[in-house]
Amino acid sequence: MQVPAYVEYERASSVDHALALLARFGPEARVLAGGHSLIPMMKLRLVQPETLIDINGLTDLAYVDVTDGELRIGAMTRHAQLLDSTVAGQHFAILHDAERVIADPIVRLWGTVGGSLCQADPSEDLSAAFAALKATMVIRNLEGTRTVRARDFHTGPYETVVAPGELLTEIKISITAGGGSAYQKVGRRVGDWPVGAAGAAIWLERDGTTIADAGIGLTAVGAEHFSAAEAEEFLRGEPATEERFATAGRIAAGHCRPVSDQRGPAHYKRHLAGELTRRALRTALTRAARAGRATVQGA
Amino acid sequence: MQIAVNVNGTEYSRTIEPRLLLIHFIRDDLGLTGSHWGCDTSNCGACVIWLDEQPVKSCTVLAAMADGHRVRTVEGLARGAELDPVQEGFARRHGLQCGFCTPGMMLTARWLLDRNPDPTDDEIREAISGQICRCTGYENIVRSVRWAALHETPGPGKADRDPTDDVA
Repeated sequence: MQVPAYVEYERASSVDHALALLARFGPEARVLAGGHSLIPMMKLRLVQPETLIDINGLTDLAYVDVTDGELRIGAMTRHAQLLDSTVAGQHFAILHDAERVIADPIVRLWGTVGGSLCQADPSEDLSAAFAALKATMVIRNLEGTRTVRARDFHTGPYETVVAPGELLTEIKISITAGGGSAYQKVGRRVGDWPVGAAGAAIWLERDGTTIADAGIGLTAVGAEHFSAAEAEEFLRGEPATEERFATAGRIAAGHCRPVSDQRGPAHYKRHLAGELTRRALRTALTRAARAGRATVQGA
Repeated sequence: MQIAVNVNGTEYSRTIEPRLLLIHFIRDDLGLTGSHWGCDTSNCGACVIWLDEQPVKSCTVLAAMADGHRVRTVEGLARGAELDPVQEGFARRHGLQCGFCTPGMMLTARWLLDRNPDPTDDEIREAISGQICRCTGYENIVRSVRWAALHETPGPGKADRDPTDDVA
């Protein structure tokens, strides 16, 4: 029987209350959102907080909307809520691609977007999706609000820049014309972590064929900051062609440091990083073309 | 700590340790052993119950999180002596062999049919994809849920859709 170690429990009634509780209980306190990553970790005694601060009552942090040209996702948005969100799918199809393969339908009802990001599992899907979209994380503390680029959010496995006394409250993504995005994951079965996964976002120039900017997110394959900066650089300002996507995939794979484990050998994961990057880019391009002004031959 | 939880319409107040998992609270503190405790890792779904209006794997929720909320377990599916159509479907279509996964499967099925009264087989399979039947009786579980869908909400064309229906 797996049971967490002794822990104290506090329930926050607002963001300010949560911040006050975090200040009061110090660095040994952990925020409890959906709990679907934290509680299993506590059962295994990999995490042993002294106090849990339950923020499930902060329903004002559960939203997906568009404000001032940005998609805003509240940190307490459940995975199922993001999957159901029409605006999220309309602007960033990658989010629906990823959510469809995160955990299972029951877990998605409870697990939260913010909780998944703060758990910072090196195989987490949304970390790659938000890296590809070049999202911004909004963090609150008693002094006010600060923002961090998605790529600067993780400091290592299970570690983020969210300091003791701080709370991730929102994820923001700029909506830019000419954009398309997609996510590709290979997993062993429903609910499992990926063997490897890649997300891609493409923003096309007005000519509909030149890549104005590209984002590539990778998870479970040991990619630094869940991204592939060198491959993105290779795509930027160049024509969106199948050959270029294939090379970008090879560059992305080359910069990964996957490890062999029960989900597969390192060389296979590296292969996935390249191939899934290529496929995600291809789908992202098709969607960018469909969404806007692009004309793509043979897509 | 003291918690108050409404389980199947009855208010229960108990003193618990904050680390107590909801599945153990239901089974050991309240004696409602219909909900099963399976893999302990939120993979198998044997412990699925409803917390407020949604199913949840209760091995991955603290009882403290249910304080002030409503819980529905398999004991709360039937209305008195009248079985829920999902229960009736599992009986009619042999939706269980050993029965260990059944309470969780039925609570997910109830949730699915409340949202989607006429699901396709694929939608039923997707809904239960986070739950494991170790007897591998998925085919009959899908048929059971479909039986419930056919029999609880009359809709155009629904009644003639199941050619194996012997109980019209």
